[in-house]
Amino acid sequence: MPVTDVQHDLDNLTLAITADFAAPVERIWQVYADPRQLEKVWGPPTHPATVVDHDLTPGGRVTYYMTGPEGDKHAGYWLVTAVDEPRSFSFDDGFADLDFNPNPALPVSKNVYTFTAHNGGTRATYVGRYASAEALQQVLDMGIVEGATSAINQIDDLVAS
Amino acid sequence: MSEEGDDRADALFHALADRTRRDILRRVLAGEHSVSALAAKYDMSFAAVQKHVAVLEKAGLLTKRRRGREQLASGDVEAVRSVASMLTELEQVWRGRIARIDLLIASDPDQED
Repeated sequence: MPVTDVQHDLDNLTLAITADFAAPVERIWQVYADPRQLEKVWGPPTHPATVVDHDLTPGGRVTYYMTGPEGDKHAGYWLVTAVDEPRSFSFDDGFADLDFNPNPALPVSKNVYTFTAHNGGTRATYVGRYASAEALQQVLDMGIVEGATSAINQIDDLVAS
Repeated sequence: MSEEGDDRADALFHALADRTRRDILRRVLAGEHSVSALAAKYDMSFAAVQKHVAVLEKAGLLTKRRRGREQLASGDVEAVRSVASMLTELEQVWRGRIARIDLLIASDPDQED
């Protein structure tokens, strides 16, 4: 498994994951720089992503929607805030309507992705920060359904802990 | 943990310590159910099921509303989730993305190793 470290910061509502990939930094960068590759990895298999606009430059936007099993669509956007190709980029990740107008009622997370050469491959660190527990809740409720069953699994966790 | 937090934890653990109540909660987390529809699922009286529903409601895990003569129960997902479990849920989403990148680069035709 490429994930080598996971940090949960409960106070700052930050998730940080480190992964080691068996490919050079430029190759990992390409996954994000190429909309056709990005849409292969962004949405879960049940909710494949379609990338519409793709401008990975400071101030640029990446827009996408994910399509659910019932044809339901969930749109989102990245506002790219910093780019240091191929080493890192930062973006605000938010929700939008299907015309890609940002929905100001829904939360925005701040993300920094960093890629460094490591042991002949790439060490990637992904850091995302949420403004509040409510924001995190909303993000999980909105279309990112990969962990949809976990709310139910947590009942068992609660009992076991 | 504060005393209030302890009291809440007591109520949660009490509510979830019973197998039937966990089963009821699983059902109502998946969608709204009438109490009579729930009662039909178990080999016990309507009153007994209603009592289980009341314990879950008191623990804040379930909410009830009336529709005509029916009582409709639905699970409160937010009450079940803590910040820690939300980050874990998000972690699963991110792990999925990372696994898909790993698959994508492994499928590169010109990869040497």
